[in-house]
Amino acid sequence: MIDFSLKPKTLKALKVARRNAEYVRTLARYYDEHEHAEMKEEEKERLRANIADLMKVLAEPGEGDGQFLTNIILTEQRSWGDPVTASAVATQGLGNAAIRAVATPEQRKRFDHLFCAMAITEPGCGSDTSAITTTAKLDPQTNEWVLNGEKIFVTSGKRCEAVVVWATLDKSKGRAAIKSFVVEKFRPGITVTKLEHKLGIRASDTAVIVLEDCRIPYDNILGSPEIKESKGGQVGVLATFDATRPGVAAQGIGVGRAALEFTKEKLEEAGVTFPYDRGIHSLTAVQKEILDMEANLEAARLLVWQSAAMMDKGQRNSLEASMGKAKAGRVINQICQRCVALLGPLGYSREWLVEKWMRDCKINDIYEGTGQIQMLVVCRQILGFSRHQLK
Amino acid sequence: MADFTLDEEQKQIQEMTRKFAEKELRPIARECDEKDELPEELLAKVWELGFCANIIPERFGGYEMGRSVLNGTIMFEELAWGDVSLALGALSPLLVVVPLLEYGTEEQQAEWLPKFCGERFYPATAALMEKRITFEPTVLQTTVERRGEVLVLNGAKCMVPLADRTEQILVYATTVKGAGPSAVEAVLVDRNTPGVTVGEREKHMGLKPLPLFPVTFEEVEVPLSRRLGGERGINYMRLLNLSRAALCAMAVGVSRASNEYAIRYAKERYAFGEPIASRQAVAWMLGESAIEVAAMRLMTWKTAWKLDRKEDATREAALTKMYCADKTMLITDYGVQVLGGHGYIREHPVELWFRNGRAFDTLEGLAIG
Repeated sequence: MIDFSLKPKTLKALKVARRNAEYVRTLARYYDEHEHAEMKEEEKERLRANIADLMKVLAEPGEGDGQFLTNIILTEQRSWGDPVTASAVATQGLGNAAIRAVATPEQRKRFDHLFCAMAITEPGCGSDTSAITTTAKLDPQTNEWVLNGEKIFVTSGKRCEAVVVWATLDKSKGRAAIKSFVVEKFRPGITVTKLEHKLGIRASDTAVIVLEDCRIPYDNILGSPEIKESKGGQVGVLATFDATRPGVAAQGIGVGRAALEFTKEKLEEAGVTFPYDRGIHSLTAVQKEILDMEANLEAARLLVWQSAAMMDKGQRNSLEASMGKAKAGRVINQICQRCVALLGPLGYSREWLVEKWMRDCKINDIYEGTGQIQMLVVCRQILGFSRHQLK
Repeated sequence: MADFTLDEEQKQIQEMTRKFAEKELRPIARECDEKDELPEELLAKVWELGFCANIIPERFGGYEMGRSVLNGTIMFEELAWGDVSLALGALSPLLVVVPLLEYGTEEQQAEWLPKFCGERFYPATAALMEKRITFEPTVLQTTVERRGEVLVLNGAKCMVPLADRTEQILVYATTVKGAGPSAVEAVLVDRNTPGVTVGEREKHMGLKPLPLFPVTFEEVEVPLSRRLGGERGINYMRLLNLSRAALCAMAVGVSRASNEYAIRYAKERYAFGEPIASRQAVAWMLGESAIEVAAMRLMTWKTAWKLDRKEDATREAALTKMYCADKTMLITDYGVQVLGGHGYIREHPVELWFRNGRAFDTLEGLAIG
């Protein structure tokens, strides 16, 4: 039954998340200006305590909303404070989502407690994951996988405890041969060689990781090692995107909402009002623009919520997840960019966070699949086209 | 608990209305557009769906099956997918039924509601819009003034559906000219009252089957008892919001119709040795449209859901209306564009949806659920 209400437990958790986000926001500027700086211990302590408070609420008895949707709603709220600063104490990364999506119960027992990053992109390939050159070869002597290759743009590659690595079993077999492997950081042969300097989300480390004859146990492969050529392969690994894209979209929506709310607050202080019962002839350009932004943000949010709720119901949501991310990625960038403009010299200034939000949220239209890749996914699905029919 | 899926009852409503629209509205849509015709038989067929009687209490002759704004939007989307002009015409009795159910006094309900429970389509309409470029629905110029035991109406309305054949017109008028929504009242006026003039049928770029009329009120006197809601009056914003939810649902229907048609066409039409849908420039238009249809629908549902809970939905209704109007224009434009020259020819329906799609920015108060 169509219902837009949230359970009291979710609402209570949201309140705690909001308080936590307000604290994180006080740290945001410092770690934006001090890229790669290690967070102060007392700040980390407080962040951990905040997370514990939130977990306590979620563990309370009583019915909640779907777990996935709840997570999405809390992600937006957290990101409203700052999209990445709290990642200094993160215990779960994108790799964990991948593990949850495809791992066996045995593997989940081994890996769930580790902070897992995700390594897909390589110097020579990004969106085209079929071009992956990192190899995984089975050593029949020891029954270990041996990985070789270079991965770039690994979010939290430095802080994480393990990395989910996409590698090919046989380059000649294309997509079907691409599998994901959990590589713990303690394995010999995995090295973080570089930390990137970025436009935004500077509090989140982005690493280059080199795998050099890196040996991992046979059971560290996620999903089946079989190369199913007929099925077009990659289904297993791509399914993880259905789980991660709503989260990345929600993260972006949190930033977009922060920028929009802040801008409205400042405009209100400057005497601008935001009437919802007036027509186009009695609205100023600024008022109309704000209303447009609100509507677009709501549109993106509802698409993302719907895709998350489908996950909770065990329904296939690739189409909806990509719709939500395509819409959110575009909308939040427009919002943040316009907010900087609407606030004049103060919007452009580093005195406030709006310019940071604009830099930060650019990533949400890029990682976990660019907006253009989302459009490809959406269009292929609505057309019933393969990747050969729509390139 | 948050949930975005239809329940069994809602699925049934959707399924049933979709089939009805496919069978009864789609096949005649083009001809009705060309002939500016709203066929009596169609009105009768839609009437048989029971959209009025179902929501009217038993004591007034209805089936009292409960009224859900959300279920209404599901139905309206499907009917408008069939054809929005025909849907607006056939559903016009709701323009009086819904305000009566929301705010009518016991006496007013007892007097008027039974008329909508009969076997035959009972035409009724409401007059809200006014003919000026700066019109906005919260600032009306048509006035209602109390003089002793009568109400006196003055002003000019436009886009009043079916005003040539209704016995009553529910007129929205303000007690203070140019004041906000709290000053607006609704008065049920007999069309034959002296001072009421129904002008010549209006001609618009779209919505052609829907008979729309200008109606003027010059010192029109009606008994005090015709003031909807009696002393309590009405909550005009809520009625406006209900109307916006219904119109948005129809906008979703029109947009979906155009998007579906363009998708089918783009897969079948070959150029340079492959379907035109294989080109990103074309596919992107279709994909963007599909995303926006989904977003519009969710926003409409949310607005309706809030209205069902009797919460203030002014913000949602306003944003959703603005959004749906914008996106419907975009999507129906893309529909024509994808078909190229063929889209411009009246043999294909995309140009019809394009003309009809343009109406949603303008329309206020022409549908309600």
